[in-house]
Amino acid sequence: MTTMSSIITVVRNASAPVRVHDRIGSWIAPAIMLAVLLAAPAVLSDFRIALLGKFLTFAMLAISLNLIWGYAGMLSLGHGVFFGLGGYAMAMYLKLESAGGKLPDFMFWSGLTELPFFWAPFKYAWFAIPMTFVVPAVLAGALGYLVFRSRITGVYFALITQALALIVSILFIGQQAYTGGTNGITNYTTIFGYALNAPSMQLTLYYASVAALTVAYLLCWWLISSRLGRLLVAMRDDENRVRFSGYDPAVLKTLVFSLSAGIAGVAGALFTPQVGIISPTMMGIVPSIEIAIWVAVGGRGVLLGAVIGAVVVNGAKSGLSESFPAVWQYFLGLLFIGAVLLFPSGIMGLLRGEGWQRPWWLSREQIRGAISRLVPGATR
Amino acid sequence: MIGNLNNPASRNGSRPTPDLSQPILSVENLTVSFDGFTVLDELNFAIGYGEMRFLIGPNGAGKTTLIDVITGKSKPSKGRIIFDGTTDLSRRQEYQLVRLGVGRKFQTPSIFASLTVYQNLEVTLGFRSRITRLLGKPRRGESDRIMSTLEEVGLQHRAQDVAGGLSHGEKQWLEIGMLLVQEPKLLLLDEPVAGMTRRERDRTGELLQSIGGERSVLVVEHDMDFVRQFAQTVTVLHLGKVLSEGTMEDVQQDPEVIRAYLGNSRSQRPQAGRLNGRREAEHAAPVAAD
Amino acid sequence: MEVWALQLFNGLSLSSILLLIALGLALSFGLMNVINLAHGEFIMIGAYTTYALQQAALSFTGDPQSGVTFLIAIPVSFVVAGAAGYVVENALIRFLYRRPLDTLLATWGVGLFLQQLARSIFGAPNVQVVAPPWLGSALTVTSDLVLPIKRVFILALVTACIGGLYWYMYRSSEGRRMRGVMQNREMAASLGVSTRRVDSFTFALGSGLAGIAGCALTLIGPIGPSLGTFYVVDAFIVVILGGLGQVPGTILAALIIGMLNTMLEFGTTAVVGKVLVFAMVILFLQWRPAGLMRAKGR
Repeated sequence: MTTMSSIITVVRNASAPVRVHDRIGSWIAPAIMLAVLLAAPAVLSDFRIALLGKFLTFAMLAISLNLIWGYAGMLSLGHGVFFGLGGYAMAMYLKLESAGGKLPDFMFWSGLTELPFFWAPFKYAWFAIPMTFVVPAVLAGALGYLVFRSRITGVYFALITQALALIVSILFIGQQAYTGGTNGITNYTTIFGYALNAPSMQLTLYYASVAALTVAYLLCWWLISSRLGRLLVAMRDDENRVRFSGYDPAVLKTLVFSLSAGIAGVAGALFTPQVGIISPTMMGIVPSIEIAIWVAVGGRGVLLGAVIGAVVVNGAKSGLSESFPAVWQYFLGLLFIGAVLLFPSGIMGLLRGEGWQRPWWLSREQIRGAISRLVPGATR
Repeated sequence: MIGNLNNPASRNGSRPTPDLSQPILSVENLTVSFDGFTVLDELNFAIGYGEMRFLIGPNGAGKTTLIDVITGKSKPSKGRIIFDGTTDLSRRQEYQLVRLGVGRKFQTPSIFASLTVYQNLEVTLGFRSRITRLLGKPRRGESDRIMSTLEEVGLQHRAQDVAGGLSHGEKQWLEIGMLLVQEPKLLLLDEPVAGMTRRERDRTGELLQSIGGERSVLVVEHDMDFVRQFAQTVTVLHLGKVLSEGTMEDVQQDPEVIRAYLGNSRSQRPQAGRLNGRREAEHAAPVAAD
Repeated sequence: MEVWALQLFNGLSLSSILLLIALGLALSFGLMNVINLAHGEFIMIGAYTTYALQQAALSFTGDPQSGVTFLIAIPVSFVVAGAAGYVVENALIRFLYRRPLDTLLATWGVGLFLQQLARSIFGAPNVQVVAPPWLGSALTVTSDLVLPIKRVFILALVTACIGGLYWYMYRSSEGRRMRGVMQNREMAASLGVSTRRVDSFTFALGSGLAGIAGCALTLIGPIGPSLGTFYVVDAFIVVILGGLGQVPGTILAALIIGMLNTMLEFGTTAVVGKVLVFAMVILFLQWRPAGLMRAKGR
């Protein structure tokens, strides 16, 4: 009992986004989590580790969205695009390496005779790997600057990024010869000269995901606990006051949006070799908005919440959706509604004791009555 | 009428005389129109260094619009705004104007509700820093500067409280503090005492007087008691033009001003006809009525 | 010449459907500042209502092509989708008025739920509504310009809906209250307008229009549970381009987007056309950030 409450206290401290005085807490909970992740391969089967490795790339994606949504108040409904672009950049490298100097199979099928010029440099890992960050960051930077300069915020921004998700995914489906079309890019066998399906390589990729997630966490944590981070929160509160305080919100927002997209891209780059495929289904409207529900379930505005939310929701998904796909769809629908209406601060909020919102169909008295009937003497 | 004024003479002495030949801000032939309404009409207006000026006028006179144009929120259709000798403000972005030294307080308090009071000032203080600087540790001395500003606006005991929980008056002071910590050359305050209690109002007045001498302050105010109590030089704006300017006594006795506020059936009609379609009436709190 | 006239007609046809969908979004955005991501599913509800009515008529009369059924389906789709909208507004959206981003997520959840519901009831594969015979013919303008009657009918239907909406907004007292709340919620409320009632009714009205759009879409092709998502993103772009929930802006924007889509698709491919339209909208917003029409005032 005491251990439980002390853990909760630790987590509670860890999750206060803007308070300075409980910084120690923000180290302990993530450190425990990191230790658990590092020790996991000793306990879990290869299959489970592969699954967890995939979830960790989702966790990194969730962190990147939490940075802009939870702190700066910009809800992007197109983050799947940036994840996908990173994944594609990595897949281009993997495909070229596996093709061994020949034209990738899908290009041959589509009637191309030589490698498109923009594919050529991706045969070098030193080019492809930075590109997994740079390509999404540049796209987000360009779109972001135009959008933020026009002072488009809130719902408008969300809808524009959603349109981006639609457009990029249909563009990738349409350009079969260059992108592999609906099937995406798959069937790669080696990475850096090693067999991709060897258990040791899968384990290496798992540890790489843990490392990347840690770096992303630390980077975001450093950012949000700096004055720039408080400026992001300030922009969420009152963008106009930030502007009249001598900052250009368009520049600040573009920078953080671009960084967030870059982190999402790196997550995608780690996803591709572990799962063995990247396809447009990873970057459409539906996967993009699901990222938001991971963050909402975990707790927006809390970095660790994004990690927990991504793992919990995807764990539930892989458990439910294979055996009961219809049930999963209903559940996901209700999760979107419930997370927003009943638990707006997510799992982290519950741990912090911020609790839940009273369901609108119940009065305070009804709830109190129900609790006292269930747990005699529990009502305060 | 004049008896209501609180000994303005004694306060006049403690303030440096504004050098009117060298204005910090001069507005020349400024015209602003919205959808065919001329809100500011060839306006000429100037404030000197270190001067505290009160801007009054009936509703729809163009007071807030003038501040909007000075801070880049609206763009003029004609005219120039010269700041600090050379810079034309009418072509700049809002954030650039702040960096030049123009600070603005809004009518409704505009603060960062989820940051603490201290962090509110910390965020605004970094306004000239590069991004890399904003990621690093704060400079030495910043904390002292923030605390002394908080002391100035009387919020030092609330430094670690979340700003969203402050009272209305405290939020207004916090916003003034957020401006002061940036050490602007010109401070524009849009109705700083709106919605305040009498005691809060008096404290705000004292605060304004204490910051006055160091920098130029332009206060838009509707509360005539407050203006009488704390103003030396008053500019009356009416229908987008300066109607009168001078000490409170002079202005209050100006027949034009009395007519503008009270409305005179004979002079009112041609004005209303000339500005046919103006949305807001020319009547407001009577300046010279009590 | 005829080729261009046909493209113009196709563009007009697409515009009219986009408009019917976007109007509901624009009204509720103008009124309550919320965007309903389940709006596409109200289109789907309208389409399946038409399908269900036809199936019912089939089992009673054995005649799948009864034109009367389709005509009945139009108001019934409106009512069913409108009722669904009314329920969603009352059960969910009104609790989220000051949280527009949360409304997006919650209504997306509603959309997922409704899509799965349709899948459970009607099955995942697409179904086909049989158009009544009198809509099967074509209108021959010249020998090269032949307009399908279906599309002409949809155009007429949308025109009638706009006319009805105009009458409602500008000629009825209910519509006057709605415009009042749109312009100044507090003032309208203090003058005795029940803003709750106006909100629910407007939302239901917008959902009902989406239902009619769904009914009209059954004439164009097969329908499935995710029918709405295909059209609704274009409708969002229309709302953004039109400007803060302005009805005239929305009409103009729907015309522009529909025409551009058709023309650019004709000149290039469907995908490139969509990409170009998106880029043009983003660039247009650089010039007029508030969209085509903006609220007047200081």
